[in-house]
Amino acid sequence: MKLTKITMALAAGAVVLTASIAQADISPAVVYDKAGKFDKSFNEAVFNGVKRFTADTGISVREVEPTNDAQVEQGLKKLAKRGSSPIVAVGFSQANAVSAAAQAYPDSKFTLIDMVVPEANVQNVVFRAQEGSFLVGALAAMKSETGTVGYVGAMDIPLLAVFGCGYEQGAKHINANINVLHSFIGSTGAAFANPSKGGEVARSQFESGADVVFAAAGSSGVGVIQTAADMGKLAIGVDSNQNYLQPGTVLTSMVKRVGEAAYQSYAAEQNGTWKPGFVSMGLAEGGVDWALDEHNRGLVTADMEAKVNALKAAIIAGELSVHDYMSDNTCNY
Amino acid sequence: MSDLLLTLLLTLDATLRVSSPLILAAMAGLFSERAGVVDIGLEGKMLAAAFAAASVAAVFGSPWLGLAAAIVASCCLALLHGFATITHRGDQIVSGVAINILAAGLTIILGLAWFHQGGLTPALNNESRFLSITLPYVEQLAFIPVLGPIYKELISGHNILVYVAFAVVPLVWWVVFRTRFGLRLRAVGENPKAVDTAGLSVIKLRYQALIVGGILCGIAGAYIGTAYNAQFTRDMTAGQGFIALAALIFGKWRPLTVMLACLLFGFLDALAVRLQGVQIEGFGVIPVQLIEAAPYILTVVLLAGFIGRAIPPKAVGTAYVKER
Repeated sequence: MKLTKITMALAAGAVVLTASIAQADISPAVVYDKAGKFDKSFNEAVFNGVKRFTADTGISVREVEPTNDAQVEQGLKKLAKRGSSPIVAVGFSQANAVSAAAQAYPDSKFTLIDMVVPEANVQNVVFRAQEGSFLVGALAAMKSETGTVGYVGAMDIPLLAVFGCGYEQGAKHINANINVLHSFIGSTGAAFANPSKGGEVARSQFESGADVVFAAAGSSGVGVIQTAADMGKLAIGVDSNQNYLQPGTVLTSMVKRVGEAAYQSYAAEQNGTWKPGFVSMGLAEGGVDWALDEHNRGLVTADMEAKVNALKAAIIAGELSVHDYMSDNTCNY
Repeated sequence: MSDLLLTLLLTLDATLRVSSPLILAAMAGLFSERAGVVDIGLEGKMLAAAFAAASVAAVFGSPWLGLAAAIVASCCLALLHGFATITHRGDQIVSGVAINILAAGLTIILGLAWFHQGGLTPALNNESRFLSITLPYVEQLAFIPVLGPIYKELISGHNILVYVAFAVVPLVWWVVFRTRFGLRLRAVGENPKAVDTAGLSVIKLRYQALIVGGILCGIAGAYIGTAYNAQFTRDMTAGQGFIALAALIFGKWRPLTVMLACLLFGFLDALAVRLQGVQIEGFGVIPVQLIEAAPYILTVVLLAGFIGRAIPPKAVGTAYVKER
């Protein structure tokens, strides 16, 4: 045990040494959001990116897991004070805290995921979630036998409406007459961590005739996926690849590569190419995607796979444009 | 018509599922508060119980062992509450809040240490959960108009803990109002001095009440962790302990009315889920936020105007001091 630790440390040290010859030595950090880094979804995706960066470069990443709003700002400022940079802030709810920390520590670099704050030392990474949602919506429509599919968001906020709107467009693209149900779990942050309510909302959609439900709701989505499995219906996961949660009843997952965003932000700092401002990641940049693996292989026919990939290629090529809810706060496409 | 009936039945069906943990927790609170101990720690006890149930069920593959573990965990916290407030006469609110905080933190820390999934427990397979039970003769009786569908959709098809929750209510009524233990329990919450003068131990009675409460909270937690859901997630009780406490006050500390209050809260919750995005004639779609606020608005209105004053047990919240 001890020996392996020492060997690992030595190996890591060697990697750092070789890396530091070519690249700058950085001291990166990350502040997760309140759902915690193992939410099987959003934060876990960031954590996996962080882990991969450490594995690739041997550079360890400081982590803060806040349990309330006050700790977010404290965490950001403490990391900046200790000289960590860039500091990745996970989630839209950290916007105000990032803004405050960025002003207090103008020499530190911050990367904010999923939201935009106009500071000179903040890189804002946003995802074109509508593109990935379009693909899973199209797949849902292909798979649906009842002609009704559902979308369950945690809260009725623009960020999540983007998912629902993209999903609806995808579903309607395949079947113009399809009925798309939209429901929300709650109106506070607690809606992201209430699997019982998530399951109940999903159940009401299944009982209204939906046979595929897409959940964008943090760990509440686990309840949606569980309910789909209990009722023998299909669910679509979000953020991380959640196909493995209930193999056979998770149709696919709308993967948002937030881990990639964290990884690239650190890597850019290492290469000296980190820039403040606005970074948009969609299908073309590999920022969003749909997930196909051994757990949902049996649910997706070769024909469906080909169709979804054709849509993906069309979006990347710019032949098919997906309306972004955020651009005008409506879903008129 | 039959469509409407089905929608109504499905909403009521959801009401039963949502209300069950509320009823169990509220009955736990009823025992404790009837004995004179404020129980604001219902939330924490349920959370700890949900964690214990989900962990043990995941490791041993048995929901019944999970239930046993949930009851043990919840009773431990109940005893801790008793030790602080009955034995050492600490403030009952402070102790209850401490239990909530303790449970919230401890479940995540232990989950991290045991399962390495960031405070989650592994997802349970169907063998290690309480699954829904189909009652006998469902299909044979389905032809009967109205009653057939009611039996099939509403009464059948719940997991066993839902039936337990509703069976507990008359049992609690009987124990509290028809047994010697119940009489003493109520007396200890109204006038502990008189109970003491009669030669009974106030401390022992209050501990007994807390243990009963612990058992009921344990069942509620097991329901949340291993029946309603199939794994523990962080803070998964989501304030239901506090809603149960509100129902307890709403129902004036009486088992049947408390159950009705829980059913009302559950019904509004179920209705809110189903009313989303529904078009109302001449009104358009009702905003989600308004529907979500409906249970709270109704509570305020009902509390303010209709049910009259809720008078708690007289000695609730004060520690018993034998001699000054």
